[in-house]
Amino acid sequence: MSLDSKCPDGPLEDRWKQHKAKTLKLVGPINRRKFNIIVVGSGLAGASAAATLAEQGYQVTCISFHDSPRRAHSIAAQGGINAAKNYQNDNDSAFRLFHDTIKGGDFRARESNVYRLAEVSENIIDQAVSQGVPFAREYGGTLSNRTFGGVLVSRTFYAAGQTGQQLLLGAYSSLMRQIDLGRVTMLTFKDMLDVVVVDGHARGVVLRDLKTGELSVEMGSSVVLCSGGYSNVFYLSTNAMKSNVSATWRAHKRGALMANPCYTQIHPTCIPQSGDHQSKLTLMSESLRNSGRVWVPSAEKDARKAAQIPDAERDYYLERKYPTFGNMVPRDVASRNAKYACDEGKGVGPNGRSVYLDFRDAIAREGEDSIRTKYGNLFQMYEKITGENPYQTPMQIYPAPHYTMGGLWVDYNLESNLPGLFVCGEANFSDHGSNRLGASALMQGLADGYFVLPYTLADYIARENPETPDSECAAAAEATTAVKERLDRLVGVQGKRSVDSFHRELGMELLDKCGMSRTREGLESARAKIRTLRDEFWSDVRVPTGGGAMNPEIEKAARVADFLEFGELLVVDAHNREESCGGHFREEHQTEEGEAKRDDANFTHASAWEFTGVDEQPVEHKEALEFEFVQPSQRSYK
Amino acid sequence: MSGNLEITLKVWRQEAADSAGSFQTYQVSDVSPDSSFLEMLDQLNETLITEGKIPITFEHDCREGICGSCGFMINGQAHGPERGTTVCQLHMRSFKSGVTLVLEPWRAKAFPVLQDLLVDRAPMDRIQAAGGYCSTNVGNAPEANANLMGRKDASEAFLGAACIGCGACVASCKNASASLFTAAKIGQLALTPQGQPERAKRAARMVETMELEGFGACSNTYECEAACPKEIPVRFIQSMNREYLSAKLLDDEY
Repeated sequence: MSLDSKCPDGPLEDRWKQHKAKTLKLVGPINRRKFNIIVVGSGLAGASAAATLAEQGYQVTCISFHDSPRRAHSIAAQGGINAAKNYQNDNDSAFRLFHDTIKGGDFRARESNVYRLAEVSENIIDQAVSQGVPFAREYGGTLSNRTFGGVLVSRTFYAAGQTGQQLLLGAYSSLMRQIDLGRVTMLTFKDMLDVVVVDGHARGVVLRDLKTGELSVEMGSSVVLCSGGYSNVFYLSTNAMKSNVSATWRAHKRGALMANPCYTQIHPTCIPQSGDHQSKLTLMSESLRNSGRVWVPSAEKDARKAAQIPDAERDYYLERKYPTFGNMVPRDVASRNAKYACDEGKGVGPNGRSVYLDFRDAIAREGEDSIRTKYGNLFQMYEKITGENPYQTPMQIYPAPHYTMGGLWVDYNLESNLPGLFVCGEANFSDHGSNRLGASALMQGLADGYFVLPYTLADYIARENPETPDSECAAAAEATTAVKERLDRLVGVQGKRSVDSFHRELGMELLDKCGMSRTREGLESARAKIRTLRDEFWSDVRVPTGGGAMNPEIEKAARVADFLEFGELLVVDAHNREESCGGHFREEHQTEEGEAKRDDANFTHASAWEFTGVDEQPVEHKEALEFEFVQPSQRSYK
Repeated sequence: MSGNLEITLKVWRQEAADSAGSFQTYQVSDVSPDSSFLEMLDQLNETLITEGKIPITFEHDCREGICGSCGFMINGQAHGPERGTTVCQLHMRSFKSGVTLVLEPWRAKAFPVLQDLLVDRAPMDRIQAAGGYCSTNVGNAPEANANLMGRKDASEAFLGAACIGCGACVASCKNASASLFTAAKIGQLALTPQGQPERAKRAARMVETMELEGFGACSNTYECEAACPKEIPVRFIQSMNREYLSAKLLDDEY
């Protein structure tokens, strides 16, 4: 199998323009209504794609497992969205945003894709404002910006600490308008459990109705997966409880390649775990690092309260080690340094596994009201969860699994190697390399859905003129039977252990061996452990039945069964990549100062894995990455 | 562990929309005061599963108070006793050991119970679909700073925009009115420059859809404001009434 990225060549700034104008074909306005596009997911990528395709005139079916499309986990994004508007007159440009993103991703993303992302970023802000999205504003009525990690300009647009919510509600409002106009059929309470492949093309999905438990198929001209990331494989993550890998994993088992699964982001500023009861971890937006200073006591095991430790006895380690970027280093660097500080015994909090994020100086400088205006809801959330007031005592934070850069492999057109299957947003692998910069996830989800997919999908339809197969065709029946058999098998085990207990055990193993820091031996033992755990799951899991047609435990069980398969691939990829880059840190490969040490000679490629069967060794396909406009270098934030 | 809590729960159990329900009593022991209310229910469910019983169904997802999925009545209060808090952000340190808590699903004709503490809130989406948007297609957007918006209006609009669509306002209202939910969106867009062209039509359609969906009318009890986890003020309802009235009286289309 050869992987053709279909990236255009020529001058960087002309590539997307030329591709649109000369390569991508069109579908006439009158013909568009003949095609039904299935969009799985209604987050930023899914809602924006579904609404935009419907605006263009296609029939769209949008699928969500929630009760409403507005619940998708994009809603929880806090800090902001990047755009190269240069509103702050600090010499920002699309090229600078492109450069920051490529460098932030540690030179493991495609130049063409990332430039396109930077190029369309400006349109996203215009689009959101036209929907009535209430971004923060200055007294003069213009839009306001703040700074995020890994950059030296202010290009992040925000809506208090609720930017994801406001952008999602904007996309949701466009989606609801298309529903109102009859162009989008919204299917809620439906879990996608398989892709239907007809004559080598994705043409439908198998759905399970979460209210009735019934299976059905939805057929169309093509399938767009916008199903988010897989950080919940770690059990404790900042993701919502129901975020899962199932949609992309089922597509992977039908032939779509999974690329760079080992690129996972451990976010530096999260509320630390407080006990075994914990079901998830809560993020505290990176934007807090604009005002907060990260420190630990200089002495090991210093038991004094924060306020009693004088400045001279505090180690503001990010400011000390990275004077240029200070507290605004990229996430992977901030997370690793928090781990180092705690490993040295300088961590604070009950288990010594936290560091301080202190607003004392910002409050003294700007006043408490100013800080409340910028971060009020975040401070309130922190206080609710911990019972401590961050206006008076520093926050305690520790890194937690957050975002996943890996995902289904897609070409420049966002099409996977399985024809007719498109993948947008966090579900694909395309734009962030091995580390995502803050405020870039919202940008990518909306870029894909509003500005990229609607053009590239049209090209597929123009070329293929796909007909919607009958929902009773052999492929649909085969996929439905396979889903039914798997669910029956899950329910049939009737063992002793709950689904959650397996999920927790898988997550703890992965966090320990495949989290912020990874070793060859650790990954090998994790792989063996996951295999054993998977066997145990299939012989001892208990899915209660008999309490009515609705059964949330079946939903969970199906997701955890997929995580137990996917988790092994995550470990295989991390083991295979014998270098450190971005969020993938292999202890064997580090500089003398403990920074990630890439091996450009051997690993300047994306690893796209082909499924060959559960318990079988997956096959790696490599897509070489070429750098014409940015020279890969050792990242320096000093 | 010392300091941990003993809780008695009386929980509404109902298998399906068309089946009869009843209260069942459960004891939950050794609850950490640092757990959230939903983590306490997780703990109970884990026990029920191990004992071969059916776990309690409740809706939840982000557990950060922003997705709006969760919510049920605790001792007759939507989202429980703490102001400005969703049930996922309510922590057990708010309760004393030995307390008995009664958990019921949202109560409203427009929200049929699907199972246990989970109700169907699809009517809220239908209210949004009846004009809770600005009719702008991708490709048409003017430069973002072309329309200025002063901070006063922006701040007020943001209060309405903060709605998470959880339904607590409906559940806490004696008339099961969705006025605060509907008003939050009408008010937000009425204050923004982009919302002006469809302002009258939006107010009229959304209010009328709310009534058609079986929600009651507002009678100024203000329970909704007290229950709203985002503390949206009831003045949005007053503004909605003005918007609706002027749409019906002054706009030719209505």
